[in-house]
Order: sequence, then structure tokens, then C-alpha cells
Amino acid sequence: MSNTQSQSSAIKGILGKKLGMTQVFDANNKIVPVTVIEAGPCVITDIRTAERDGYTAIQLAFGAVDPRKVTKPVAGHFEKAGVTPRLEVAELRIADTSAYTVGQELRADVFAPGEIVDATGTSRGKGSAGVMKRHGFHGLGASHGVDRKHRMPGSIGNRTTPGRVFKGKKMMGRMGVERVTTQNLTVHSVDAAKSLILIKGAVPGATNSIVFIRSAAKKAISEHASSTTKAGA
Amino acid sequence: MNVLDAVDAASLRKDLISFRPGDEIKIHVRVIEGNKSRIQLFQGLVIRRQGSGVRETFTIRKLAYGVGVERTFPVHTPVIEKYEMVRRGDVRRAKLYYLRDLRGKAAKIKEKRGVGGSFIVEDVPAFESVQEAVVPAPVVNEVEVSAPETAVVETPAPEAVVEATPEATPEA
Repeated sequence: MSNTQSQSSAIKGILGKKLGMTQVFDANNKIVPVTVIEAGPCVITDIRTAERDGYTAIQLAFGAVDPRKVTKPVAGHFEKAGVTPRLEVAELRIADTSAYTVGQELRADVFAPGEIVDATGTSRGKGSAGVMKRHGFHGLGASHGVDRKHRMPGSIGNRTTPGRVFKGKKMMGRMGVERVTTQNLTVHSVDAAKSLILIKGAVPGATNSIVFIRSAAKKAISEHASSTTKAGA
Repeated sequence: MNVLDAVDAASLRKDLISFRPGDEIKIHVRVIEGNKSRIQLFQGLVIRRQGSGVRETFTIRKLAYGVGVERTFPVHTPVIEKYEMVRRGDVRRAKLYYLRDLRGKAAKIKEKRGVGGSFIVEDVPAFESVQEAVVPAPVVNEVEVSAPETAVVETPAPEAVVEATPEATPEA
């Protein structure tokens, strides 16, 4: 089932765990930096329909969790799907859900090498960060009489008019631990037997955090795949 | 990083000889020009080895027509067809950068005398057998020493280090 999915150009997605980064050699013996994702097996726990929910999507669940630690409402949801409770749930909006059934398993081979994907994760927490790190402000000068204010934001507003600081003014504060999506990453290789997906480049989040990999929103055709077939020919 | 060891294991060479800075080794570098692949020999002194696992790299230095040429490779790169140990050097540094400033007799490194006065090459039988399987049929084994494109070439004045293009390197 999943094999036919990987050949179609439909939107695909899978939940996984980021295992960390390393490097591999590609077909041209060049070094490729890759993020290793333990992707799936995911199980479909629900299918959203236009009649009932107003939109169509599939709901994926991933990861082992102690059944005793699952709340009653959540346990009921998984029981309805006929599966054991999972750690994380995500929805994948697709137009046509007819290829999927509740309880169906998705494995790493939904993606093929060369496909372009988006990766969503929770970024690492940076704690309380200043404006230079948090918002990319340039700070003040290193010299020219600047006194102990080198990383300060400078002025945060005007004077009597408006007489206040505008809402949403970028200042220092808690940074990280937010949902971050990196777009247009290339799948370098897929190991279905070990449930591993190697993605070229960095994926948001810390090691062992949950990431959601899905078909790229802005790029359908893989440039990588066409170039590798050319090199192989 | 134990989880990723399995991923890295696929990239690691099984036929690696043991070498360290100070050793003189000969490497067979696979060069692809257009759709033809050939083997280029590069023999020189290992002046640096850094990193670990699949990320480990080494730098090999030789004098070509009086010009110092250094090339850096990942230790486990498939570009290197074969490693050959020429002689083991007796050095007391891990990074032999001081050799860049020395010429002639001053740049000589004492040979390390092993047991019975000969150097020890590890895993030679396994290496030979693996080698047979690895060599692809279309590889033309014409051996030709030319200036490498990724090399850092020193002009005879030891301060000036420039990036060399194949045209710029003195080949003649």
C-alpha cells in the first residue's frame, strides 16, 4: 500500500523522531550532511471528512507511550481507531483520503530518495535571549563612545506622541521552544527496514524530539532526483 | 551518538591501513574527467589527522617541482581507491606544520624502526581481497601524476599560500 503511495505525487507525511546529524558520501563521492530521522511506523487514527469536519485530512499517530499514562479521552480516541495509544498525533491535510483507512500503517518508505519535503519540529529552547540573538538586531557600535550598551536595542519608540511603547515591539525575552518548519529539504535516502529517513541538511528541534515530515508545500519536483539519474546514466 | 553509529558504519572503509602524522603514504585518488575515471597517485607525508569516525580527515603534503602541495581528504572517502604505506616516520608532534617552513635535509623525518626494523602494515590480506571487489571494470588504470585541483600550493616563499587551479600549478 505504502509503495504505491510513494510513487504517486500526492501529498504524503510521516511523524518521526530526530536522531541527530551525521554525514554520508553520495554517488559522486561528495560529502552530504544529513539529519537522521527515525520515521514511523505511524498509524492512521482518524480520517477527517468534508461532511463531518468541514475539511479532509488523515490523522497520524507515532511513538510508544505507557497506556497507563494516557488520559481517558485520549485513550478512547485510540480505542475507537482500534490501536494502542501513541505519543504524538498530527494531521495531514490531503484532498483525497480514499487511499487511506483507519488503522493503516505508514512506514518510512512513503518517501523516496530525491523527494522534496518540509520538516516541522519544536526548536531548541534558548532561554531568555537579547534582541540581537532573538530578532537579529544589529546592536550598537563597538566604539564611537558607546558605553556598555553594545548589544542593546536602542530606542524603543518616540516621545510624548504616542507616549507609550507599541504592542508587539520586539524586545528581549524567552526564545525557542516554538513550532518551526524548514522548507524544501531533500530526502537523501530511505531505509525502510530500519525505519530511517536521511534528510539533507538540518531539521528543527533537538535530538530525540518529534518531527513531522511532509511533502514540500512549495516544490513538487525534485531537482536532486533528476540530477542523480543523469549522473548515473 | 550510538544510534547513529549504524548509519555511519555504511560509510566507513573496512580496508583502512593504520597511519599517523609523519608517515609517508601513497594514495590512489580516483579522478573523474567527463565520463572517464582514472587513478592518480599522490605520495607524500601525512602532516595532520583530525576528527573522528566518518568525519575524520587527513592532510598529505609533498613537494612537486619545488612547490609544496597539500591535499586534504576525508579518511573514509571513496575517492581514494587504495592506501599504501611507504615508510613510517618517527615524530613527536601530531601536527607537522613546521615542515612547511623547512626545505631539503631539514625537512627530513626519521624513519621509525619497528619490530625487526620493518614497518607494520595492518590488514594487508583483507585489504587486497577487498580491493579486487571494489575496483570497477571501466576504471582506466593509467597512472599519471598531475597537479590536483583541490590542492593548496605554496610558492617557494613559504609565507604565500594560494589556492591553485590546475592551470596555475606548475606541471611541466
